[in-house]
Amino acid sequence: MGSRFLTIVAMLWALATGMAFAEEFKPAVVYDLGSKFDKSFNEGVWNGVQKFSEETGIKVAEFQIVNETQREQAMRRLVERGATMVIAVGFSQADALDAVAADYPDRQFAIIDVSWLDRPNLRQYVFKEHEGSYLVGIAAALASKTGKVGFVGGMDIPLIRKFHCGYLQGARSANADIEVLQAMTGTTPAAWNDPTKASELARSQMDRGADVVYHAAGRSGIGVIQAAADAGMLAIGVDSNQNGLAPGFVLTSMLKRVDVATYQTLSDGLAGTFSSGVHSLGLAEDGVDWAQDEHNAGLLTDELTAAVEEAKDAIIAGNIVVHDYMSDSNCPD
Amino acid sequence: MTNLPRWFDIGVLPLVNLALALLATAVVVALVGEDPLEVLAVLLQGAFAPSSLGYTLYYATNFIFTGLAAAIAFQARLFNIGAEGQALLGGLGVALACLSLETALPGLIVTLVAIAGAASFGAAWAAVPGWLQAYRGSHVVITTIMFNFLASGLMVWLLSGPIMRAGQGSPQTRLFGETVRLPALHDIAHTLGFEVARSPLNLSFVFALLASTAVWVLIWRTKFGYALRAIGHGEEAARYAGIPVRRVVVAVMAISGALAGCMALNEVLGAQHKLVLNFSAGYGFTGIAVALMGRNHPLGILAAGLLFGALFQGGAELNFEFETITHELTLVMQGLVILFSGALAYMFTPWLARLLLTQRPDHG
Repeated sequence: MGSRFLTIVAMLWALATGMAFAEEFKPAVVYDLGSKFDKSFNEGVWNGVQKFSEETGIKVAEFQIVNETQREQAMRRLVERGATMVIAVGFSQADALDAVAADYPDRQFAIIDVSWLDRPNLRQYVFKEHEGSYLVGIAAALASKTGKVGFVGGMDIPLIRKFHCGYLQGARSANADIEVLQAMTGTTPAAWNDPTKASELARSQMDRGADVVYHAAGRSGIGVIQAAADAGMLAIGVDSNQNGLAPGFVLTSMLKRVDVATYQTLSDGLAGTFSSGVHSLGLAEDGVDWAQDEHNAGLLTDELTAAVEEAKDAIIAGNIVVHDYMSDSNCPD
Repeated sequence: MTNLPRWFDIGVLPLVNLALALLATAVVVALVGEDPLEVLAVLLQGAFAPSSLGYTLYYATNFIFTGLAAAIAFQARLFNIGAEGQALLGGLGVALACLSLETALPGLIVTLVAIAGAASFGAAWAAVPGWLQAYRGSHVVITTIMFNFLASGLMVWLLSGPIMRAGQGSPQTRLFGETVRLPALHDIAHTLGFEVARSPLNLSFVFALLASTAVWVLIWRTKFGYALRAIGHGEEAARYAGIPVRRVVVAVMAISGALAGCMALNEVLGAQHKLVLNFSAGYGFTGIAVALMGRNHPLGILAAGLLFGALFQGGAELNFEFETITHELTLVMQGLVILFSGALAYMFTPWLARLLLTQRPDHG
């Protein structure tokens, strides 16, 4: 009799704690291959996580994967350990997250840089990097005295070509004769983490006459900014606001607000207002933008600012449509 | 070098070196403020608990293939550091076979073609540096590492263009059909009537065991293996003895490349079921350490592959369990194991030999 009573108590206890556990909000983040502190993409997510944790006091579990197999393994382990929400960073996580989301319909999932999945418990964010790149393309063309500007990308993948294509269109719109030099730092993931090579590429572009160089190369881009500062030329930062990395030598930065997406998802999860679907963040949604602060105030002429702002308004109003490279794997020439 | 009994070189020395590596790791772990014994317990639990063992063996499969690839080349004193690129090409062979044939032919035949594709693409990618070494004197170390970059360049071009899955932005192919996959071990076990935990472990593990046996037979029980080892001991002497050194060098490199290419069976045909960029993830390079630690012997490589699989899987569990133990710290741990059992492999040999020989005076 006694033992049965104990069993029932134990079961009730398990049930009660189980329910309390289900109500608790336990978020987790799985970063993409590479470093969490890349001064750019992953770090943007981390900034969003930090902001959320500081405001709410809720700890966010984190995992950095190092190979393909770990993606799904890490997500499953996080869910099995009680995570009620998993945010995956980067398009490479798409298939893994899709599989895990299907197996755990009562948990919430979100992913950044993906738009092609479809699950009722999965939120997706994509950014219109081509719109932001268009704006900095205009800025580059107007700031250039030589009529030549440069672009240094990271790994040569469609996403980075999208940055380049938007930049090209923006630069052309401001100066039809502009020459845009292009280079990628590599074909392996090391391309995101090779500032030396990126600075070599930027220097070679400057030797060929480019006086403004835009980078979309993760941590490697620091090399581009350094090279521009050394040569007294201008660089354009990416993802996070990098104007302050070399004040006076960074014309502006193309902001991609992954921190906003992360923070928004976490807050919605906590408030119980999580929704699925695709969130496409462009200029109109403040998902991308160009950076103006005290570090680059002296570099931006009134004429330049006016031209960029005008284009921004036109894009938001729909009067200018920037072609998205990834829509047809092609860049209009 | 002292003449130590073979059981000592293969059996005792690696264990001593492993113990020292673990000791050094314990110091590092203690320095970051965790209890080394607790960490070791989590590591072992994370690697060998029933739910994780599949992952450990899955990683081990990669290391066994790349370890064998490095070892067979080492036996002929060839330094093949191109396993990374050869594995990528192997993956390409698998993907091309699956994507082009899966609707036209029955699944089993396509799978067999894919296996042949992995081996032959890997072999071809390694045979070129082998040929350049044998006939043109370009050092294989330089050319194989160059070929790694060529391979990753080729993969980026193919995966972000010609064979990229339509309608999404990720550089990868579409998923292969259900019929052209190597069965996962948990599915095989399910069919046989018992349940094991879900893991990416698949039939490739069995292939890795078969490959180990085949490599042993090839090196120590065939005429070709004799020629290969003769070249490893002295190329001039081998040539003088009438061994066609050049042809054997090309063949050894091709076999080495085929083994590296077979790593793609595990990753591409067994686990991912699609070709993704950089699935080789450094396994090719770690294979060199595995071969060093396994003393270029298939049995040693099986053990070393298992050890590295356990470090990989157990190390990932540490990241979940301890906040202070990040991925970088598990890298340090793996680095120490490689340092002690690879680079410093023979550091303790003289002392251990003296210890051994004083106890067995008949060897003195």
